[in-house]
Amino acid sequence: MVLVDRNTEVLVQGITGREGSFHTKLMLEYGTRIVAGVTPGKGGLEVRGVPVYDTVYEALRDHPGIAASIVFVPARFAYDAVLEAIDNGLKIIVVITEGIPLHDELRMIRYAKSRGVTIIGPNTPGIMVPGETKIGIMPAHVFKPGRIGLVSRSGTLTYEIARELGKRGYGVSTVIGLGGDPVTGLNFIEAYRLFMDDPRTDLIVLIGEIGGDAEERFAMYYSKLDVKKPVIAYIAGKTAPPGKRMGHAGAIISMGMGDYASKRKALIDAGIPVADTPSQVPVIVGEILSRRSKH
Amino acid sequence: MKLYEYEAKKIASENNIPVPRGILASTPEEARRAAEELGGRVVLKAQVLVGRRGLAGGIRKASTPDEAYMIAGELLGSSIRGERVEKLLVEELVCFERELYLSLTVDRSGRSYVYLVSPLGGVEIEELVRKHPEKLLKISADPFNGYIPYMSRLAAKFLELPRREWGLLNSIMESMYRIMINYDAELVEFNPLAYKCGGGLMALDAKITIDDNSLYRHPEYLKLYGRELSVLEAKAKQLGFSYVELDGDIGVICNGAGLTMATMDLILYYGGRPANFLDIGGGAGRDRVREAVKLVLENPRVKVLLLNIFGGITRCDEVARGVVDALESSKRRIPVIVRMLGTNEEEGRRILEEKGFKVFSEADEAVREAVRVSRGEV
Repeated sequence: MVLVDRNTEVLVQGITGREGSFHTKLMLEYGTRIVAGVTPGKGGLEVRGVPVYDTVYEALRDHPGIAASIVFVPARFAYDAVLEAIDNGLKIIVVITEGIPLHDELRMIRYAKSRGVTIIGPNTPGIMVPGETKIGIMPAHVFKPGRIGLVSRSGTLTYEIARELGKRGYGVSTVIGLGGDPVTGLNFIEAYRLFMDDPRTDLIVLIGEIGGDAEERFAMYYSKLDVKKPVIAYIAGKTAPPGKRMGHAGAIISMGMGDYASKRKALIDAGIPVADTPSQVPVIVGEILSRRSKH
Repeated sequence: MKLYEYEAKKIASENNIPVPRGILASTPEEARRAAEELGGRVVLKAQVLVGRRGLAGGIRKASTPDEAYMIAGELLGSSIRGERVEKLLVEELVCFERELYLSLTVDRSGRSYVYLVSPLGGVEIEELVRKHPEKLLKISADPFNGYIPYMSRLAAKFLELPRREWGLLNSIMESMYRIMINYDAELVEFNPLAYKCGGGLMALDAKITIDDNSLYRHPEYLKLYGRELSVLEAKAKQLGFSYVELDGDIGVICNGAGLTMATMDLILYYGGRPANFLDIGGGAGRDRVREAVKLVLENPRVKVLLLNIFGGITRCDEVARGVVDALESSKRRIPVIVRMLGTNEEEGRRILEEKGFKVFSEADEAVREAVRVSRGEV
């Protein structure tokens, strides 16, 4: 597993909101150890049996084992919430919130880095170790435990590909949603390094999309490695027109960067096969694994 | 959200960045008077948000107020790359020796701000990056420290500006950073930034793009938001969808941007053409889905509608009810193909099958079917 496991104690920021309380229930059902929640002004309540505090400070005072936070706080208050978590010493913060202003994201991510904090997101489905813990909003049943690391810039597309993998009997060691925004706490290179160090991951499926140059940078990095785990990619957005924002703030082709062709070429040049469709992903996984077992 | 050139120049000028004297005109008569006031020889610039307007004839010079009147008559009301020209910016002609490029934007992978500097102004930055990467200087500015004066010295040396211009470049770059922060901009760009005959720098064109997510902090722009969109795109924005019109004939509705793009790509892969990108977002209920379906049906090019839903937060039964509501209230009868999976899938499937829809579990099969229908093969 990567970053979190079945023993990780989790705080939910924004636990009393619609999404916060709903997903607290689903995460608890999955077995995630949610021990406290925070909503300013709602301290003293309980949500699904989880005690709610006004401040992160109070939550940590009563539950000093908390190691990670998941943030459902609305966009305009998210900066406040994430900085509160960082300043209270939390080291893993999963930011589900969509629509946070770009300048707020930049500052919160730079600050997190300077304090040794890992931010997953913003605008992410979260992180999950199938069979152990889910700190996120993904539909748990499509992710079977297994040995493939999944790292992605988009949510539902990750579910689609996890299902395709599951249909062919391939499970997932850890899934990390990087988030759909232009600036995110983790990128493909950093996520790959986590999987590289994870003895439970044999192979990594990278799910990218148009916009930015994260895939190209990863390809460059990967091509220079001596020891590496196999990576397979799928990139969404081949048909997207330039200059138009395709839902994700990140999915816009601009400044001559980040179109489908450039990403595909960079990955293939680095020796990373690129699937044309989600259903091709498990086929390529099968080819690579059988080639390896023959050696 | 993109600002018009005249809006961006107003902001630049308020922040002490030199721009040409200019007057906004929305009639030929106003353009004539503007030209008179500016000394006769002027340039008329169509105020549109699409790029490369110069190549499309949107920037014209006039030697006399009468000529300005005539050109304004041609430009106003015309269309540049599909966008109607409502206003012209009439500006004094500026004599310049060189056209430079200077912008400030966000470096995604560096997670910082970045100044882009080039001596090859006037051309498209995309082309520049591709053909002459050595002519582009990137200067990273950390979000905590902001602009530091040494950055302008780096830029000045790269641009080979004489020492007497260093102070002005410093003040321009400092102002750009201030604009970036105060206006929550994603991009502040001067292309070209002119090095004038006899010295001095001046922004001949200005582009500012405001981060949509921060518009709530800028009520003065929030009310203008959405003005660059097509009618259906604006309607979608009101309803809270991400919608982009394309030129194919298969209407697409999905949940999640990545899955929506992947579905469009699958359509292309199997030989069809998507009519739109429509992401209903996470957790859409019956009403939202109904409005999404109605919206896509308003596009007359759509021959077949394809829904590809992977329920996580989104519930399939809600989607199914929304689809049924929309089709029962619509006069248009076109084939609808649904692929549905995830939360409450059985209930969703039952609702649709009762109404005679065929519901698919596999994306490939659903897309192939939609492509066959769009080609009239079914």
